Amino acid sequence: MEDKVLIAKRVAQELHDGDLVNLGIGLPTLVANYLPHGIEVYFQSENGVIGMSKVPGKGLEDDYLIDAGGIFVGALPGACSLDSCTSFSLIRGGHLDVTVLGGLQLDEQGQLANWMIPGKMVPGMGGGMDLATGAKRVIVSMNHSAKGVSKIVKKCTLPITSTRRVDLVVTELAVIEPTEKGLVLKETAPGVTIDQILAATEAKLIIPEHVGEMSIPADL
Amino acid sequence: MSKAIDVVRAVEMVPDGASILMGGFLAVGTPRRIIEEIVRQGKKHLTLITNDTNRPGIGNGMLIDAKCVDRLIASHIGTNPETQRQMIAGELQVELCPQGSLCERIRAGGIGLGGVLTPTGVGTVAAEGKNVTTINGKDYLIEMPIKADFALLACRRADYRGNLDYSLTARNFNPIMAFAGATVIAEPNEIVPIGVIPPDDVITPHVLVDYIIERRSANGR
Repeated sequence: MEDKVLIAKRVAQELHDGDLVNLGIGLPTLVANYLPHGIEVYFQSENGVIGMSKVPGKGLEDDYLIDAGGIFVGALPGACSLDSCTSFSLIRGGHLDVTVLGGLQLDEQGQLANWMIPGKMVPGMGGGMDLATGAKRVIVSMNHSAKGVSKIVKKCTLPITSTRRVDLVVTELAVIEPTEKGLVLKETAPGVTIDQILAATEAKLIIPEHVGEMSIPADL
Repeated sequence: MSKAIDVVRAVEMVPDGASILMGGFLAVGTPRRIIEEIVRQGKKHLTLITNDTNRPGIGNGMLIDAKCVDRLIASHIGTNPETQRQMIAGELQVELCPQGSLCERIRAGGIGLGGVLTPTGVGTVAAEGKNVTTINGKDYLIEMPIKADFALLACRRADYRGNLDYSLTARNFNPIMAFAGATVIAEPNEIVPIGVIPPDDVITPHVLVDYIIERRSANGR
């Protein structure tokens, strides 16, 4: 299985029936493809829609319906339009159940850096700081390393997105839960050993007595 | 009295150096004919407050290309390399603001509030130069309100009195900015007789809107 598909499938297991969910740009958008059977979630795009779906078919794009990445999307029956203040009121006000965000670095305090590389990439934070600060649950989905360098670090060297501790991190190697005491290894990816994860991780990981294996339903 | 005017006259009202709130998210919900006319009339030294600068050559990216803008307040410029180039070259002054804070600052400016207290950005570079206050043990950034000389909006329909409605994600910042511009000009896809937009469907009430752009200007453009 491709790394990003594995990550998306595992993150999708975290969503529950009735959740309002906002997926960040890039890898997180894949999560929508692998929802557990029998659950209905409502996807928000912060540019102003709840109930977003894929474009229903070729040629059925609507000029006025895009996601926050500028991609044409569809809307399901029961969808609603929002102005920007209403959209961010949902995000900041604790009404958004889950956001899934990409990451550049995540550190031992559970703080995320995902929006800027000084001197190289200064795109602006868009809605990322509001999402990382305000969502009820923040799940980070990202590759464990970039060009052989661990993205799970002792202390973020890139500008952080929020001081808030994220709730869960899913990579192609591991599921990690940031806690008050530090980063706890919860699950290993299929076929990956704890030693391999430790070798690929700069940050200190707390290894509990029982570490499970990522479970992905076979029919997803 | 009709508020409809042609786009040439509307843009002639905007002086060089004006501050402009402009609706739109990646050019969806952006007043395209107004933008083209600003470029054609060669406006300069504008302050532009808008979510993003889209891509070069499209939507408000055209204002960046044509160097109409000296100062930009936005949440995201990652889609427009020309904005970043001008920023790095020192030709364009850019203030980046979290999107949820940007729309609330504009809302505060338009509804008579002295600012916004938000947890977003506390402890990050977005807090640089800003005051922090603590309420019930939690830290909040004090974000200042934003108003401007003009709000230039796009909408789906306007009636001749100036009531507006919007389409899907083209709504975004537009109804918020309608409160915060000293002069508010809306570019509708369609102008309809008064009464066609049902009262329950009016999103921006007519009292906020000063002018609406006619579908075609007198010279046929």
